[in-house]
Amino acid sequence: MIEFLFDYTTLRLIWWVLLGVLLIGFAVTDGFDMGVGILLPFVAKTDIERRVAINTVGPVWEGNQVWFILGGGAIFAAWPALYAMSFSGFYLAMFLVLFALILRPVGFKYRSKRDSQRWRNNWDWALFIGGAVPALIFGVAVGNVLQGVPFHFTDDLRPIYEGNLFGLLNPLAIFCGLVSVAMLVMHGAAWLAFKADGVVGERAAAIGPKAALLAAVLFALGGVFISLGWFGGYEVTSPIVWDGPSNPLRKTVAANAGAWLHNFQNMPLLWLVPLLGVLLPLAAAAGFRARKAGLTFFASQLSIACIIATVGLAMFPMILPSSTNPGHSLAVFDASSSRATLRNMLFATAIFLPLILLYTAWVYRVLWGKVSEKDIHDADHAY
Amino acid sequence: MTDPLLVELSRLQFALTAMYHFLFVPLTLGLSIMIAMMETVYVMTERTIWRDMTKFWGVLFGINFALGVATGITMEFQFGMNWAFYSHYVGDVFGAPLAIEGLMAFFLEATFVGLFFFGWDKLSARAHLAVTWLVALATNFSALWILIANAWMQNPVGAAFNPDTMRMEVTDFIAVLFNPVAQAKFVHTVSAGYVCGATFVLGISAFYMLRGRHIELAKRSFVIAAAFGTASALSVIVLGDESGYEITDNQKMKLAAMEAMWETEPAPASFTAIGIPDMQDKTTHFAIRIPWVMGLIGTRSIDKQIPGIFELVERAEKRIRNGVPAYDALEQLKADHGNAAARARFDATSADLGYALLLKRYVADPRQATEEQIKQAAWDTVPTVPAIFFTFRIMVACGFLLLAVFLTSLWYTMRETPAPRWLFRMALFAMPLPWIAVEVGWFVAEFGRQPWVIEGVLPTFLATSQLGISDLIITILGFTLAYGTLAVIEVRLMLAAIAKGPASEHVATSGSATLVPAQ
Repeated sequence: MIEFLFDYTTLRLIWWVLLGVLLIGFAVTDGFDMGVGILLPFVAKTDIERRVAINTVGPVWEGNQVWFILGGGAIFAAWPALYAMSFSGFYLAMFLVLFALILRPVGFKYRSKRDSQRWRNNWDWALFIGGAVPALIFGVAVGNVLQGVPFHFTDDLRPIYEGNLFGLLNPLAIFCGLVSVAMLVMHGAAWLAFKADGVVGERAAAIGPKAALLAAVLFALGGVFISLGWFGGYEVTSPIVWDGPSNPLRKTVAANAGAWLHNFQNMPLLWLVPLLGVLLPLAAAAGFRARKAGLTFFASQLSIACIIATVGLAMFPMILPSSTNPGHSLAVFDASSSRATLRNMLFATAIFLPLILLYTAWVYRVLWGKVSEKDIHDADHAY
Repeated sequence: MTDPLLVELSRLQFALTAMYHFLFVPLTLGLSIMIAMMETVYVMTERTIWRDMTKFWGVLFGINFALGVATGITMEFQFGMNWAFYSHYVGDVFGAPLAIEGLMAFFLEATFVGLFFFGWDKLSARAHLAVTWLVALATNFSALWILIANAWMQNPVGAAFNPDTMRMEVTDFIAVLFNPVAQAKFVHTVSAGYVCGATFVLGISAFYMLRGRHIELAKRSFVIAAAFGTASALSVIVLGDESGYEITDNQKMKLAAMEAMWETEPAPASFTAIGIPDMQDKTTHFAIRIPWVMGLIGTRSIDKQIPGIFELVERAEKRIRNGVPAYDALEQLKADHGNAAARARFDATSADLGYALLLKRYVADPRQATEEQIKQAAWDTVPTVPAIFFTFRIMVACGFLLLAVFLTSLWYTMRETPAPRWLFRMALFAMPLPWIAVEVGWFVAEFGRQPWVIEGVLPTFLATSQLGISDLIITILGFTLAYGTLAVIEVRLMLAAIAKGPASEHVATSGSATLVPAQ
């Protein structure tokens, strides 16, 4: 019937796509929560203004954050070697992300519990950190993955990371971090322009075009750096066995500075994705100016999707290249779970993901409309 | 070999973050169900007091839930961060329930919890009730999936080692889902969560009764908590976790350690009520034994024998010796994965591969192990008996005390006469008991599993990431500082919310409960 869906090669490709879907889902949903956190000190000055900003995300950020948690669980289940290598390798960076993210649930929930300016200012900073630090570090992580990461496996397949936190903070990686921050600030501004009534929404609509423009310019500049070979690149030099066992020690890989462009050169149609990654933020910038808040938010979502997809397409079939032992790099064909697990997880995803999208859409519909200062005064449950 | 200090610190960090996380989880489990019950009464009777109750307990639920979420984020990523070899070795099996937990439970819970708080004036009463029940249901789904994952660590069914990928891979996913240990654990853990919720509501209601405040809210909450608590406490005790303990050698070892049962006794074995287990002399001093009881608890029968520690160590020694040829075959397969003879030998012996790995504590290559090292490794399969023995008794004592508290409370709620003040004081002082019970309960389950991280498959000391000691010190200090600060803030907010009481309290025209405190 649909047997072809369940051969090992297809399953691996589907799970590579789903990995992208999860990362994009996380960035377009929780991304605007983080953007709002970063913008909080700039778009909202008084307490009531800040409460308006916070309450636009108050009822939904928790569900959005599950994209991140599911991302962790799905990488564990579908790409266990990637889960093991990346989180133990980026250990202290990951700790900073967790530390920042821990601040958010308590920041949202506890801020309005006490009527003290100092208390509330402290939580505002917590929410700022909870948005800015993960946004920056996720970008830095992508920047490192593009350049290759120093690791190898022992013959027991024990993951050994050879770098440290400061190695992660190289100029090109920080540049990628800035792309990520600009992108999420644009997204947060688009959300606020769409959901926040009054002065908060107006300030967001004024900051939005600058962030969107910056995101477009930085992303295009990133493309130039890739073309110049600054990020390097890796390609598989042995024959690829697409349905072979997931053992990353059975191939050879060579560093090749032009490798991240090969997929685009082989399939010119793919150029559309990075092209849209530049054009859509510009469209969002125009949308802010034209006061089309709904369209702006939509353009912002698609921008993020195209920017993230560009990275995945450039690296395919690589997922996590090793700079010190390129042959040990993790690739789509040798870092996945077994065929049975990929198939079982695909069943689970096919059942639950549509349900999730359905009830999430319903919740957003119930909460439809702008949040105003009056709403905050009237509701005893507001954050 | 991995630095033993690194292993100890990794275990310490996991224990700290997991046990801290589990301060909030059981209250979420119990309180969400109780809130949903209260709101159901409101929707059915349209008595506003029940909506006030739902909202008031909802505020406390929210304060607790925020920290449950905050500390839960750490748990999802800590396997990869601190236990990288574990993650590679068993991710194919262990990762799936975690991912499904996200798909089936976390999304549902987190998406609707926002509407629970923000949806009161946006939804009809029935729609809001549905939202509340979905949150309660989702927290229970979450417990189900994480316990399926945990149960697989205790009883790794439906999986086999694949020498091509050097890891465990799933062979029968249905067996993983319907793992009998998972079922025992789910019922026991969820019931314990309900007990936490009931004790919390009972204690705070009792506080209001003693102060003579919010009587309408407090007496109704007290009645619900007493009834729900009695049922839950009975369920925790009767459907105890030990029903899963006769399945595997390691589970039997845990049972033997809980009972400090050194020698195998003729069935049905006696129960050591109290005594002082001695790891050095391998005996229990001053033991007071009650005949038959152990056999009844452990096997639910009078004729099945429960093996003692000495017998289990002998079995472990045999399996270590069986595992060495498996290790040898695997080494040859690593050198040449086309070696058919080695593969055949591996397939015949692979069930005991994990036991050979126990030798890696003493010797890099288990094939070089001496007789003495094999005997040492066999004795390593015995967890620290006194620690397990005493913590298990603390848990059981808390359980029975709580059952007594609930039964007494229920007795007085059903009588017409005023309840004595000592009843409410007792309910108030009982509040820490369920948390003590669940924390030591997890200690028994997980510390009693040592030296294995996956029973019979992977020893804990091999499972960590290759991190620096300084990395671990930074994160342990960081988590302790962050979690400590949050704990202080959380408790203060909780106390402030309790002192403030409900936002509104509509006195019902006809009281359904007769409970009033004697003055």
